[in-house]
Amino acid sequence: MKIGVCAKITPDADARIKVAADGQSIVLDGVKFGISDYDEYAIEEAIRTKEKHGGEIVSFTVGDASADKQLRSGALALGVDRSVLVTENPGDPLGIAKLLAAAIQKEGGFDVVFTGKSTIDQQNFQIGTMVAELLGWAHVTQVTALEFEGNQFKATRNMDAGIRQVVAGTLPAVISCEDGLNTVRYAKLPDIMKAKKKPLDSVGAGAIGGDAGAARSSVGNLAPPPARPAGRMIEGDAATAAKELVRLLRDEAKVL
Amino acid sequence: MDVYRPPLDDIRFNLEVFGYAERIESIERFADFDLETAMSLLEEYSKFCVDVLKPLNASGDTVGVRFDPADHSVTTPDGFKAAYAGFTENAFNTIPWNPEFGGMGAPFSLSTLASEVLIATNKSFSMCTGLTAGLIEALEAYGTDAQKEHYLHKLVSGEWAGTMCLTEPQCGTDLGLVSTTAVPSGDGFELTGTKIWITFGEHDLTENIVHLVLARLPDAPPGIKGISAFLVPKFLDDGSRNPIFCGGTDHKMGIHASPTCVMNLEGAKGWLVGEAHKGMRSMFVMMNAARLNVGIEGVALAEAAYQAALAFAKDRRQSRSLSPKKQDRTSDADNILVHPDVRRMLLNVKSTNEGLRGLVAWIAMSYDVMHHAADAAEREKAEDLVALLTPIIKSYGSERGFANVSESMQVMGGAGYTKDWPVEQYMRDVRIAMIYEGTNHIQALDLVGRKLPMHGGRLMRVFAGEVTALLRECADDPRMAEFTGPLKDESKRLNATTMEMGAAASADHEVIGAVASNYLNQFALVTLAYVWAKQAKAVLELDEADPKRRSKLQTARFFYQMVLPEAATYARKVAVGKACMTDADPDLF
Ligand SMILES: Cc1cc2nc3c(=O)[nH]c(=O)nc-3n(C[C@H](O)[C@H](O)[C@H](O)COP(=O)(O)OP(=O)(O)OC[C@H]3O[C@@H](n4cnc5c(N)ncnc54)[C@H](O)[C@@H]3O)c2cc1C
Repeated sequence: MKIGVCAKITPDADARIKVAADGQSIVLDGVKFGISDYDEYAIEEAIRTKEKHGGEIVSFTVGDASADKQLRSGALALGVDRSVLVTENPGDPLGIAKLLAAAIQKEGGFDVVFTGKSTIDQQNFQIGTMVAELLGWAHVTQVTALEFEGNQFKATRNMDAGIRQVVAGTLPAVISCEDGLNTVRYAKLPDIMKAKKKPLDSVGAGAIGGDAGAARSSVGNLAPPPARPAGRMIEGDAATAAKELVRLLRDEAKVL
Repeated sequence: MDVYRPPLDDIRFNLEVFGYAERIESIERFADFDLETAMSLLEEYSKFCVDVLKPLNASGDTVGVRFDPADHSVTTPDGFKAAYAGFTENAFNTIPWNPEFGGMGAPFSLSTLASEVLIATNKSFSMCTGLTAGLIEALEAYGTDAQKEHYLHKLVSGEWAGTMCLTEPQCGTDLGLVSTTAVPSGDGFELTGTKIWITFGEHDLTENIVHLVLARLPDAPPGIKGISAFLVPKFLDDGSRNPIFCGGTDHKMGIHASPTCVMNLEGAKGWLVGEAHKGMRSMFVMMNAARLNVGIEGVALAEAAYQAALAFAKDRRQSRSLSPKKQDRTSDADNILVHPDVRRMLLNVKSTNEGLRGLVAWIAMSYDVMHHAADAAEREKAEDLVALLTPIIKSYGSERGFANVSESMQVMGGAGYTKDWPVEQYMRDVRIAMIYEGTNHIQALDLVGRKLPMHGGRLMRVFAGEVTALLRECADDPRMAEFTGPLKDESKRLNATTMEMGAAASADHEVIGAVASNYLNQFALVTLAYVWAKQAKAVLELDEADPKRRSKLQTARFFYQMVLPEAATYARKVAVGKACMTDADPDLF
């Protein structure tokens, strides 16, 4: 199978995020970057798919030239064969999706492309769907289990209230990966060394025949969440405290 | 509550300050391991430690290992086997070893700095790979080609584990008292005797265990000159069980998930490593690395305890600041960070520990230089520094490490003493570092009795040369004066102490025993002052507003004003000599 995977470089999940003075971006100084968590599931699923069905994995990223480092340790070292880094900075999700779709088309021949269900920084939940639409492929969101047989796929997705929906379709497809689809592996140290020599193409939009176009939406304003009020300590021994906790959860918080 | 995050930024900073680019990358065999790559390796390693090993730390402590007398087996706590399999599968244990045997061939300094994270997340677990590392080093140095071929592939891959069997009931520090015997038999020897306190002597993590056993041949001269080293595998090549059996595991203060075993050799088959009666030589090969690692145990758990204490302190409100301006009127009490004494404790830990981490980085890199640098003079200089400063790292690192965990607990008040936080476990786990791998006093004797006189006092001159070079480099920088002044004074004082001690000791050897431990501490503080001056100089290159610059300079200042003065006290204690100890009548005790 020819397997594609879209991966974005974002601040680390446990990085301390501060809103910049412009009120529209975050402070990037001193922040550690990595591959967005859901995209890690996408990469893992790509590798598992290759392990089962053979083939080749190519990853696609739209981002800064410095993404090179994270792609080597977070994608190539794990088992992605080649990476394409499109060094552009489109103003909205549609622009990013257009560049990804162009890069995927330019490379050509894919059976499946994996994406995360969203990225942990912007959380737009749009890229996978837009890429599928631009390519005209089948598409399933928030996938937690997946199987391939011939040119068919069967994907399970979680819906509200724990209901599971099984979607079947014909390849090529774009699969957006949800937490729980797999457990991400660690890179073997020797593979981190080998990844240094794997092909990583940094290209501009022109080289892939893509065009992000003018942004149709833009970020107005970013604001940090309000400070959390102090917690409340419940006094008394375990039995009394537990009773009081239940009472508070039921009567005050109304969550029970 | 467990808040530990690997201090990779500080590790990187110290690699830079102590010249990773110039000293390590320039060595041909390490050309692939530029600093970026090195940090990628450490990041992946740390991720595994935090995700997989850390969650097993408290449960391993509570459950401990299980010994079954029926089949002499030892079972590690739940999760350890899978964790070990994951650790070795990802080759985290192969960083410094020879590619010929399946290692990565990366700098030793990287595996050494990585081990801080391993120990901080699960000290018990780290003991297994640590002992195997010791055996690999001994075999690389003294094994025959056939032995290397036979054992090293599987020891490097982690399919087999190693142990060090030195200690016997009557024989701890004084290895000349070893009484286990080895008699020729077939192509090897048969060993009989009892070893005690053997770390990971028996366990279920690997398919085979290879013991390095100290024993005496029939024609051995008495004492330390009659000790030979033997390889004794648990399973022989034909799959049969070699009669080296675990007779029980000790119940102990800490590292509960690390089995500490009695090992009974009942005519166990063994093969000589190195020359007959020269077993101590093989031991000395692995000694530097092993001792360095034990010093890091102190750094690792002090770091983990510090992070817990800091997280607690940032949250805890108690009492009012003595400075009305700092009082928070929106609350009934102020955050405890307003109290100077809480800051004193936190900075005590931070300043000594970050200093020790720098010292470890410096010496671990010197270890690579001493083995692999192209230039002979450079190799010799590095070897001198390793020999001189390793006992200091082992002893001061473990002693200060224990004190620092205790100080961190103090920051937390009663909470630190409860099992709601991991600090009480760290305190129990780290205490052993002062005892094994040569008690701390033995390190002091090694420093004073062996290292100072070595090559006519050359080692000390090399160290003094480094200090002088730094002082000279900083001579024109007024910003460094607050550090270089005291560094100069304390180096002078150390020189004077060394001379006076040398004179007193040559007249009376017993003086060494009386003063060595205090001397080592004095030396350690001067070494840390050197490290802090290097760190301060490095951050002065950064932008004035850079948080790293502000933090390092403030911490350096605290070290120089609040910790370094201890050196003078140690000097005074060394100066008084032995009488107050040796004059005491035996009845006094
Ligand atoms: C948890 C644990 C794990 C261990 N793992 C191993 C292992 O894997 N393999 C192994 O072989 N051993 C192991 N040991 C043994 C350890 O190395 C010894 O405990 C250590 O070397 C000290 O020996 P000892 O306990 O017999 O103390 P002793 O030698 O009896 O010392 C008692 C005291 O006397 C002092 N003393 C001794 N000699 C002198 C001297 N010449 N001058 C001044 N003071 C002196 C010591 O400093 C100490 O304070 C382990 C021990 C423990 C507790």
